[in-house]
Amino acid sequence: MTAVTTQAPDTRRAGRTVYAAAVVLLCAWVLVPLYFLFINTLSSPDTVNSFPKPFVPEFDTGSLAFFAGFAGMLSALKNSILVAGMTMVMSILIGAPAGYALSRFDFRGKEVFRLLILLTRAFPLPLLALPLAVMFIRTGLDDTVFGLALVHTTLAVPFAVLITFSLFSGIPMELEEAAWTLGCTRLTAFTKVVLPLILPGITASAIFAFVISWNEVFAAAVLTIENRTLTAFLLQNLDTSPLHLKFAGGFILVVPALIFIFAVRKYLFAMWGIANR
Amino acid sequence: MNARFLPYVLIAPVTLFLCLFFLYPFVLVAKQAFSTGAGFTMDNFRDVVSYWKFPISMKNTLLLAAAVVPVQLALALLMATMVNKMKRGRDLVLYVWTIPLGISDLAAGIIWLAIFEQSGFLNSMMHGLGLIDRPVNFLSYQHPGVVFLAIALAEIWRATAIMLVILVAGIGLIPKEYYEAAEVFGASPWKRFTRITLPLLRPSLQTALVLRVILAFEVFAVVAALGGTLFPVLMGETYAYQFDLLNGGAAAAMALIILAISIGFTLIILRLLRVPKGATI
Repeated sequence: MTAVTTQAPDTRRAGRTVYAAAVVLLCAWVLVPLYFLFINTLSSPDTVNSFPKPFVPEFDTGSLAFFAGFAGMLSALKNSILVAGMTMVMSILIGAPAGYALSRFDFRGKEVFRLLILLTRAFPLPLLALPLAVMFIRTGLDDTVFGLALVHTTLAVPFAVLITFSLFSGIPMELEEAAWTLGCTRLTAFTKVVLPLILPGITASAIFAFVISWNEVFAAAVLTIENRTLTAFLLQNLDTSPLHLKFAGGFILVVPALIFIFAVRKYLFAMWGIANR
Repeated sequence: MNARFLPYVLIAPVTLFLCLFFLYPFVLVAKQAFSTGAGFTMDNFRDVVSYWKFPISMKNTLLLAAAVVPVQLALALLMATMVNKMKRGRDLVLYVWTIPLGISDLAAGIIWLAIFEQSGFLNSMMHGLGLIDRPVNFLSYQHPGVVFLAIALAEIWRATAIMLVILVAGIGLIPKEYYEAAEVFGASPWKRFTRITLPLLRPSLQTALVLRVILAFEVFAVVAALGGTLFPVLMGETYAYQFDLLNGGAAAAMALIILAISIGFTLIILRLLRVPKGATI
């Protein structure tokens, strides 16, 4: 009898230890590879190419300086920021109205429209860059930042629609109706009541669009030649570039991701939960 | 404005945009794939399929997906259930676990390159433990198994987060009462997981798997960073047709093949995990 009573808390404590260890282990699984990249970036080029590697960074900016001085790298970085910025603005401007329409109105063809949006998710979209490359040459959009931003908007806009749809659905229709009875028009009710409530969520989905574009490799590599984005530039030079350049480039790619995921972490689950129904 | 026309005005921009940049390109890619200049032909497909690299890249892509997706599903389910029970530090742990969500496949490839390359951290660790005298060049043709392992690990590391997010959101929607009732009847944690969580999570599982499997067939930059030409995959071959061989028709044919596989698997997943009508929470 006594054995049983002492055993129960023991197994519970053991279970809790295993649980905590698993959480720590899984966190390490995510963080340790990032830490390795961090060491390599903050080490001098010589250390990066030497063996064996130190397991602490020496805080040398040599690799990053080499990255900044490498021909074409800074303009590639600028192109990446431009494309992602344009994608962010376009996908919200085009996507948010549709999200509002889906959440507020019942109209004929709503299901067809939803299907069109969901359909985009079942296709490997970057492949679209292949035919678009031909179309862009005809229209003069080839190798331009704007042309690539259009393709990235195609990737990001379905998310923008679904996310804004779920955000607008979270704001009761009654709030708008109350504003109408108090003398607001549909437009002023939207700008004065709905918009302030929705703005943080819109910002989060805009950031999400930025990250989608910032990270995209295939379409960027297919559609740009002179005006490479950072991902396309790194991909193109994978065979020839020295290790420290790759790692510094990878680090520059990772940093915005870390900040952005932190900025949108509150919305991540709400966005995905409903956006995937 | 008239409320009857307003919704159409609001959805018009997206619809136009998607017609121009989603539906129209598909028509173009199909046209390009089925023609070599004069009339309808299957030549592009015949060329692509009979090329010696095609069976290897097809096998590699499918093998990689088969190795990576089940591990990711299991890992994501484990992480989601662990987070669900967590009381303290939930936000921090979730933030850490979702970091890879924002990291591009190219960056993920570079990160794992830091570990597996010849002067990398794996070699340094093994050297430190006295297992090897000289650094081994893991990412070479002498070690095809390690190349595969490195690519698979990088994929698992990078893309588990997207499934995790969908599953955590899905688990959050399951009413707590079901678990309380199950506990009253003495169901073990494992029983609760298999009898409540899994069946009610089906819509989320469906989405997570469809999304993840399609991404698995698109694997490209991770492979380019880690394996290079050692591990040909479908998407990499498509890129090579477009750029190195300057054969747009063949690239289009490859694109259609990848598309067909993606659609096929999407349908299979939707069928296997279909949600009975009226059974949603």
